[in-house]
Amino acid sequence: MKKDSEEIMLMKGNEAIAHAAIRCGCDGYFGYPITPQSEVMETLMELEPWNTTGMVVLQAESEVASINMVYGAAGCGKKAMTSSSSPGVSLMQEGISYMAGAELPGVIVNVMRGGPGLGTIQPSQADYFQAVKGGGHGDYKMPTLAPASVQEMADLTVLAFDLAFKYRTPTMLLADGIIGQMMEKVVLPPYQSRLTEDEIRVKCPWATLGKPHGKKPNYITSLELLSEDMENLNKRLQARYRILEKEEVRFEEIACEDADYVFVAFGISARVCQKAVEIARSEGIKAGLLRPITLYPFPVEKIKELSNRVKGFISVELSAGQMVEDVRLAVNGKVPVEFYGRMGGVVPSPNEAFNALKDKLIQ
Amino acid sequence: MKVTDIVNPANLVYKKNSVLNDLPMHYCPGCSHGVVHKLLGDIIEELDIQEQTIGVAPVGCAVFAYKYLDIDWQQAAHGRAPALATAIKRLLPDRYVFTYQGDGDLAAIGSAETLHACNRGENIVIIYINNGIYGMTGGQMAPTTLLGMKSTTSPKGRMYERDGNPLDMPKLLAGLDGVCYVTRQAVHTVGAVKKCRRAIKKAFEYSALNRGTSIVEVVSTCNSGWKLTPDGANKWMVENMFSQYPLGDIKDTIQTEKK
Repeated sequence: MKKDSEEIMLMKGNEAIAHAAIRCGCDGYFGYPITPQSEVMETLMELEPWNTTGMVVLQAESEVASINMVYGAAGCGKKAMTSSSSPGVSLMQEGISYMAGAELPGVIVNVMRGGPGLGTIQPSQADYFQAVKGGGHGDYKMPTLAPASVQEMADLTVLAFDLAFKYRTPTMLLADGIIGQMMEKVVLPPYQSRLTEDEIRVKCPWATLGKPHGKKPNYITSLELLSEDMENLNKRLQARYRILEKEEVRFEEIACEDADYVFVAFGISARVCQKAVEIARSEGIKAGLLRPITLYPFPVEKIKELSNRVKGFISVELSAGQMVEDVRLAVNGKVPVEFYGRMGGVVPSPNEAFNALKDKLIQ
Repeated sequence: MKVTDIVNPANLVYKKNSVLNDLPMHYCPGCSHGVVHKLLGDIIEELDIQEQTIGVAPVGCAVFAYKYLDIDWQQAAHGRAPALATAIKRLLPDRYVFTYQGDGDLAAIGSAETLHACNRGENIVIIYINNGIYGMTGGQMAPTTLLGMKSTTSPKGRMYERDGNPLDMPKLLAGLDGVCYVTRQAVHTVGAVKKCRRAIKKAFEYSALNRGTSIVEVVSTCNSGWKLTPDGANKWMVENMFSQYPLGDIKDTIQTEKK
């Protein structure tokens, strides 16, 4: 990404999201406090963007209200977002499904913590299924981006808005408690101005800004009582998802060129596995890392291609094993696919990940 | 005498407003929704705010309100209309934003969104249709159902011991500083329709003053849910609903200041 100033700053991942949102021309943030992501709204309230860019920041009464405020703002063609952590994102599922059905763009940040239930405030990746399989009701998919650094918290916030508007879909930034809380250096994205109403009317002709004289009104709705009409809406959504799957897959490969064994991991697990690859290489084992940046669309073709030349995969996750199912579907039985994970907020060490590789795939 | 001699502007005594679409409404004959829709169209036309008005439709019988008024609309999830309206009004502060909600939508599932939008003093209009029942789903008990009133989920009548008392949301909301105008109206007689029209107009005018939320409750009939004829439902409403939900202004901060 092009930066207008290469000023390097040190901040938390959650803070980077707030800065990036203001800089990319976000019109509105609506949220409710929950650990470990409260710094997103706290940073916005400190930065007071309503005095500079005019961005609205509002603390809502619940996550249910937050996501519906995002719906209302998005319906006006505005760039709107919310952020929360796992229990709060569960509450938002209704709103996300409505946004998918009403074809509304918006960004939802989930800084995941351990569950189920109130769980723990420690980091987790156990909301993978909820994010990529459609956590709410109905047939829908949601572009899901997995940042693995504070830099990516900023960069992927910008990308999330771009994808949301390009495909008229709610888009999720799926981080975890460590990426949210840890401090790293970051170069913030350049400032983009917020769209004017005239620009919104051109870019989002469906937006409800008030019906211009002599024109037909706009309706934002996910309701179609006739089965055939509802099926057509679904077909339109599915066609869009197929394009997403073709055009928007993003991943990072580390040492995969000559690898015999490949770790598949995202977010903080990918950072752990990056170190595990180094340990493996120092012991003469040719390990590599495939890090999906988009969890939906998933890098299916890349994994297929790798499965023609590696001896096995191991998916490392902060969960009981969720993404591993998608890795297995992509590999389709060609080579073994193993899993190693910790739950409840426990983060494995690089040695644990390396030992799991040895125990499950090599010995 | 030709038809054009009679049908000409000089003889015009009544004209349908231009905001109301020429669509057959899906509402049951005798339902109050149609009259309230017409009043909204009247007022949007009279105030000349068709291009500046954004409506938020609920889940319930009025879910298709967006088909009947020729303005921009958003259709909300059940109960969430005030959250949508909050964001729309905050991002487009010079627009007129109103929600149109039933009693299940506003007083039950959306009670939190309603209470907090009002407490923040969002400069929106809330049109609240209270018929004491869930009409669309077939006549179940609502928070507003009268004691002893039968519904499909209270077949022997609402019981205080089991279901609590009917919930009077406007009275409760009138206690909030964020709310500037609360009134309770009906549309069962010509006189009542005229009063209701004035109330809705006032609510829209107040919403442009940035003084907080305006709420117009319309105590309404649901003759199919109540299992009554349209006329019988009107009579039943007068005899039973009005003692629980008395008509008139509950709060008018701006009028009070003028006195």
